[in-house]
Amino acid sequence: MSENLNSTEVTMSALNDKTDMNFLVVGVGGQGVLLASNVLAEAGLILNLDVKKSEVHGMSQRGGSVNSHVRWGPEVFSPLIGQGEVDVLVSLERLETLRYLNMLHPDSIIVADPHPIYPITVTAGKMVYPEDGAVRSWVAQVVRRVYWVPGTRLAEELGNARAANMVLIGALSALLDVPDDVWHQAMKRRVPARFLDLNFRAFEVGKSYVTQKETR
Amino acid sequence: MAVDRVQTRGPNTSPREETSAQERETWVLLSGNEAIARGAWEAGVVFASGYPGTPSTEILETFARFPGIYAEWAPNEKVALDAAIGAAYAGRRALATMKHVGLNVAADAFFYASMTGLEAGLVIAVADDPGMHSSQNEQDTRNYAKFARVPCLDPADSQDARDMVMVGLDLSERFDTPVIVRSTTRISHGFSRVRVGMREERPPRVRRFPRNPAKYVMVPANARKRHPVVEERIRRIAEYAETFPLNRVEMRDESLGIITSGIAYQYAREIFPHASILKLGMVWPLPRDLIADFSRRVKRLIVLEELDPFIEEHVHMMGIPVEGKSIFPQIGEFNPHVVREAAINAGLIPETARPPRVSLPDLPELPGRPPVLCPGCPHRGVFWAIKKLHLPVNGDIGCYTLGVVPPLNTIHTTGCMGAGIGVAHGAAKAGSPEKHVAVIGDSTFFHTGIPALINVAYNRSPVIVVIMDNRVTAMTGDQPNPGTGVTLMGEKTQEVDIEALVRAIGIKHVTTVDAYDEKKVEQVLKEYKRLDEPAVLIARHPCALLPEERKKYVPLKVNPDLCDGCGVCLQTGCPALVRSKAIHIPSGRQKVEIDPLLCTGCELCAQVCPQHAITFRAQVLNE
Repeated sequence: MSENLNSTEVTMSALNDKTDMNFLVVGVGGQGVLLASNVLAEAGLILNLDVKKSEVHGMSQRGGSVNSHVRWGPEVFSPLIGQGEVDVLVSLERLETLRYLNMLHPDSIIVADPHPIYPITVTAGKMVYPEDGAVRSWVAQVVRRVYWVPGTRLAEELGNARAANMVLIGALSALLDVPDDVWHQAMKRRVPARFLDLNFRAFEVGKSYVTQKETR
Repeated sequence: MAVDRVQTRGPNTSPREETSAQERETWVLLSGNEAIARGAWEAGVVFASGYPGTPSTEILETFARFPGIYAEWAPNEKVALDAAIGAAYAGRRALATMKHVGLNVAADAFFYASMTGLEAGLVIAVADDPGMHSSQNEQDTRNYAKFARVPCLDPADSQDARDMVMVGLDLSERFDTPVIVRSTTRISHGFSRVRVGMREERPPRVRRFPRNPAKYVMVPANARKRHPVVEERIRRIAEYAETFPLNRVEMRDESLGIITSGIAYQYAREIFPHASILKLGMVWPLPRDLIADFSRRVKRLIVLEELDPFIEEHVHMMGIPVEGKSIFPQIGEFNPHVVREAAINAGLIPETARPPRVSLPDLPELPGRPPVLCPGCPHRGVFWAIKKLHLPVNGDIGCYTLGVVPPLNTIHTTGCMGAGIGVAHGAAKAGSPEKHVAVIGDSTFFHTGIPALINVAYNRSPVIVVIMDNRVTAMTGDQPNPGTGVTLMGEKTQEVDIEALVRAIGIKHVTTVDAYDEKKVEQVLKEYKRLDEPAVLIARHPCALLPEERKKYVPLKVNPDLCDGCGVCLQTGCPALVRSKAIHIPSGRQKVEIDPLLCTGCELCAQVCPQHAITFRAQVLNE
C-alpha cells in the first residue's frame, strides 16, 4: 500500500521537505474547526497520501474547546498526534492557541486568529482572559514561525464571520507546496454548495494575507 | 423514501455519490461509524435499530440514508436489540447500535439472543468511550462478549470497521450466534481511508417465521438443552479463531512481541515500529495456539490494550509470562504520548524516543471552557425555578445534566438513563426529610423513565417529577424521539401525548407549561411543593438549536441607563450575557451587555432582571 503512495512527492517547503505532516486545528464549538479539518483531510487524500483525522463529538462540544487532529503521510498509524509532534497548529481563537502550545516542537508553525471568545469562566468573573499582547509574546517565546491572521475580521469584511476557518486554511496554504487546485477540490467536497463561493473568497483572502506579509 | 434522502445528504457515504467517487479515486475518507454503516449496507442488512449515544450515534444516522433498508430510533437499547433479533429470527440480516452503557440496558435481550441463535446474521455495534468524553463510566464491552459466549470483533481503523461488520454477519450465520463489533471513541470518530464496494442483496434465509420452540422458546426445559449448544459453539469459534484471517501476525524484530487489538494496534505501530505484533481482529474467543506460538517466537511479550487487562488475563491463564497493565494504564484513553511515556518508564524504548518538546513560558492558569447549556436553552429557566425550592434534585442523563455546573448548581444525583425518578422515589419512601424533585428529559422519560414513574404513581410517593420536554434527543444532536412526531427516516408519525400518558398511569397533578415562562414554572412548582401526592410538571419548549427555532431568534438588548451591574442575570449562566466596559457609577460595578451573535431572545434574563433593564422580544421588534 505504502509503495505507490510514496510516488507522490509533496514537498512541504515550510518544513524542510517533510513527507508527513501533523496538523492540529483548534477553536471553540461553532467556529468551524471540524469543517476546516475536513478540508485539510480531503486535501491530503487528493494528494494520494494516507490520511487520518480524529476529533471528539458530544458533551465536550457544547460551547467547549474543540480540537481536531489531521495527519498526512505515506502511512499513518495513530489518528491522534502525540505531544511534541504537531507540525502546524491552526487556531481559530486566542485562548485556545495557548491551550495547545504543549503539543508543539521547536520547529512547529502556528497559524492563529487573535479573535477572542470569552468562556463562561471569564464572563462569570472567576478567571481573567489573556490580553492579545501577552499572548503574542508568550507564543513568540515558544516557536519562531507564528502567523497571526485576523481570520474573523477578514471574514466579517467578506460578509460572514463564520468563514474565518477558511481564511486560516488559505493562510496555511501559503506555507505548503500544495497546488491551489487541490484545496479547491477539497473545499468542493466538504463545503455545502451555497457557501462554496464565500469559502473560496475567504481562502484567497487568507492566502494573500500571509503571502503579502512574507514578501514584505 | 430512503432513496430520496440519499440525494440530499452525506458526503462520501451515499451510493449516489459513490459512483462518481470511484471514478475520481479508489479511496473514500470515512469515520469508523460511517464505515460500520457502510459495511452493514454492503453486506445486505435490511433492518437496523438503535438508541442515540455518543460515540455510536452516527452509525444509524448514516445507515438510514442508504436505499433499500429500514432504520429506526427505538425508545431504548433493549427495545432496539429485541427488534433487531426479531428481524434476524425472520431470516433478515440485522444491525443494532448503541453506546457501551446501552448494552447494559439491552443485556437481557443480548443474553437470550446468545442462547437461541438466529436465522440470519445479527451484528450488535457497541461503542465504548475510554476517557469518558461523554459517558458516566468506561466499562469495557469485551467483558460482555465473554459473559454471554458471543464473539467480539475489535476494529483498528475505518477499513477494519467496514470489513468486520461484513465478516461479523457471515460469522453470525455460520455459527448461529449474535456478533459484537466493538468500537471505541477514536475508531467511531476517527476518519481514515476505506475501500468500499457495492451492496449485495440477499434473499431472506427463511420463507416464513420459524416455528421452532425448542430453539426459540427459552423455558427452562428448552434452555437446559440450549446451554450445552452455546458452550460447544463458543469452543468451535475459538478453534476457528486460530485461522481467522483478521487475526494477523506481523513478524519484525523478535526481541519484543506485542499482542494488541483495536485502536491500540495503531499506537503499537507508532511507538514500537520494529516490534513483532499479533493483531487480534477477534478479541473473544481468543486463539490459544496462535498466542502460544507467537509468544514462543519473541523474547519479551507484552499486551497493549486500552481499559481492562482482558487479553492479558487470558494469556496469564495460559501460563505464558506476559506484561501489560504493569506498564500501561488501565484507566483512561491511550494516545501516543501516554503509550510512549509508559514504554520509556518500563525500559521498552530509550529516552531518546521522546520527541523534542518546546519549553513553555510561565503561563497563568488558563480559563477553562466547561460545557454549558446553550444560549436560549429551555432548560435554563426551569433550573432557575427549581433552584428556588431549595430541595434535593435527582437528575438524569441528557443536556439537562448540565444543571449541575455553576452557576446553576441544581442537580444532586445523576447515575444512568432513567435513574432520577427511581432514586427520588426510594429516598422519599425511606423517609428522606425533604421533598424530592426528579428531573428528566423527554427522550430519557421514554427510554426508562416511564416504569419509574409508574412506580411513583402506584406506590404513591410525594415526589415532584419535572419532565423537561424539548421535543428531541438533544445531547446527541437533536435526533427525533417518540415525542417528536417524525421518524429517523423522515416520515411523519403519531407523537406520544406525555400529559395523557402521565394521567393514564394514575397521576392526578399534571401541568404542562412553556419552559420559557419562568414565572409560571415557578408558580406550579411552589404549588406542588405543598402537595402530599405525586405531581408532574411538563416544562415544554423545543430545543433552541432546531432549525425552526433558529428562525425565531430575536437578540435582546440591555438598557445601559437602567442596568446597575447587579449581576443577577449572570447567575442564569447564559453565555450571551457579558460584563461591558461601562461602569455603573454609584456602585462602581461593570454593567452587563448582550452578545447579539449568541442571544436567541428566550427572555429568561429579562424576566429575572430586578431593574427591568433588559428588553423583551416585543419591545425589540417594536423598535
